[in-house]
Amino acid sequence: MRKPTRPAIYGVMAEFDNPTDVVAATRRAHEEGYRNMDAYSPYPIEALSEAVGHHKERLPLIVLIGGIVGLIGGYALQYYVSVINYPLNVGGKPLHSWPAFIPITFETTVLGAAMAAIFGMLALNGLPEPYHPVFNVPNFALASRDRFFLVIEARDPKFDREATTGFLRSLGAQEVADVEH
Amino acid sequence: MASRVDEPHDDLIHVTPNPVIEPGHTAASVTDKISALVLKRKTPLAWYIGFFISFSLANVLMFTIAYLVTTGIGIWGNNWPVGWAFDIINFVWWIGIGHAGTLISAILLLLRQEWRTSINRFAEAMTLFAVACAGLFPLLHTGRPWLAYWMLPYPNTMNIYPQFRSPLMWDVFAVSTYASVSALFWYVGLIPDFATLRDRAKNRAFKVVYGMLALGWRGSARHWHRYETAYLLLAGLATPLVLSVHTIVSFDFAVSQLPGWHATIFPPYFVAGAIYAGFAMVLLLTIPLRKFYGLEDFITLRHLRNSAKIMLATGLIVGYGYMMEAFMAWYSASEYEGFMLKNRIWTGPYWWAYALLLITNIIIPQILWSKRARHNTAILFIVSLIISVGMWLERFVIIVTSLHRDFLPSSWAMYRPTIFDWSMFIGTIGLFFTLLLLFIRFLPAISIFEMRTILPGAAPKEEG
Repeated sequence: MRKPTRPAIYGVMAEFDNPTDVVAATRRAHEEGYRNMDAYSPYPIEALSEAVGHHKERLPLIVLIGGIVGLIGGYALQYYVSVINYPLNVGGKPLHSWPAFIPITFETTVLGAAMAAIFGMLALNGLPEPYHPVFNVPNFALASRDRFFLVIEARDPKFDREATTGFLRSLGAQEVADVEH
Repeated sequence: MASRVDEPHDDLIHVTPNPVIEPGHTAASVTDKISALVLKRKTPLAWYIGFFISFSLANVLMFTIAYLVTTGIGIWGNNWPVGWAFDIINFVWWIGIGHAGTLISAILLLLRQEWRTSINRFAEAMTLFAVACAGLFPLLHTGRPWLAYWMLPYPNTMNIYPQFRSPLMWDVFAVSTYASVSALFWYVGLIPDFATLRDRAKNRAFKVVYGMLALGWRGSARHWHRYETAYLLLAGLATPLVLSVHTIVSFDFAVSQLPGWHATIFPPYFVAGAIYAGFAMVLLLTIPLRKFYGLEDFITLRHLRNSAKIMLATGLIVGYGYMMEAFMAWYSASEYEGFMLKNRIWTGPYWWAYALLLITNIIIPQILWSKRARHNTAILFIVSLIISVGMWLERFVIIVTSLHRDFLPSSWAMYRPTIFDWSMFIGTIGLFFTLLLLFIRFLPAISIFEMRTILPGAAPKEEG
């Protein structure tokens, strides 16, 4: 960790009790020029992820690659076994009897894509991540119930402990708290 | 799924006479009510009684397996020519039941059927446990289950490989892919709810265990976006997967030369039958669940009614399948096909199984045309039970009546299940319910975060 430059706190957290306010507040913070921020909600809100500046999604590409790897891998396995390594005459069929290889190829394609979707999602999200500073705020336990939070991180160039706290208060937050490391 | 939160759900909840969730609930009340089932509420006495019975039956399964493995599959009634019997009947029955879970969680998600939300978690758990029970049968039918890994293609000192042109190998890949993807899909759906339980739990041990399972989930907007993308893609992948699995299961029969199995109608007719049996099982499980746990607000009559309609529709497809089987046997003008049909329906020793099949699977379920019947939980429960029996009989008829009359009259024989066939079948029912009851006790049986999304006011209001 870059010890000397590390800010005193992780950031400032504002609490909201409805989705409309948190989306509006996040948009205002983005307009204000804040970039290193994240919002937290008890269920997915499409507008919120856009408001924090999350636009490009790499996951579909990862899933496509996973599917292609599964497809080629599954077919290559059957081809290698049936034609090269262990050629076996079954009912006079050609060794490379491709129609019979399709069902397994289909299954390995789905398997590859599904694994890529799940593990890709976890990896991009940086999970598992047992410790995160936001959990230090006692009220944050409600993020998994019915509260919405906006955190502006201290590493944002525009961050100023006093000014940012004041700014968040002006957005109609229920409560604004410091997030310790 | 982008529009899942953009669409106003207020209409859905207030205007329709049978809502998917009763009015008056908020994100807080939904969270508290569902998490209390696991964390706070006293376990109902019915749970203990149910668990005692199912765990006893699961032990019957354990003893049967112990005896089977130490003695051999000769303890079953399988003989020559009926080499496939209860083991395959039960395998197909269980795996078919599992398919409704995937249908509810994946296909209905893609079709934007929001009523699925309160039953999908439960149905996915049902899938997983049904596949576990299904997998036991072919595994033990190998006779030497400790050598089951021979079915996997890996370089070995015996210098042999599996035969990829065989539908049985396709089945190995289809079922293991299905089990893996279903388990992961289920777990991914649980992650945000594990976080909810972690934050609600008072008990230290629960907090730690749920905390580990939640993987540090904190509900970040970026995380949710990727999560929703992954979930939608998985639903898109699971949909063709579930159709392929039962298609491949039907290939086990349809690719063979045996009259009664060798039919092109098998794949669609097996898939429809799987969904039919699966929805029957969903109703068999949810009707007592909503009663004993007081979940009538979340699993409403609308869910039961829609499930009943799906059963009616898939039941008719199954009926069409029976008709086409009979028609093709006659239209093919094949002596063997014609004999199979006559033997199956009236001249053979198993005519009663076919007659029972028609009564349980085709005739009785027609009561679901009546709106009164669809709204009566007692009738729905009984009809579902009858359909479950009917779908089991269907597999019995397909497998046993096709096999017991071979091409050569000299090899004709009768099949009679032994007590160990029955104890194994009943034992898997015990295992299924044991797992399901543990699931209800320790995990949220209804997806909490998805319930929050369908509440009124869940979507942010857009100004201007």
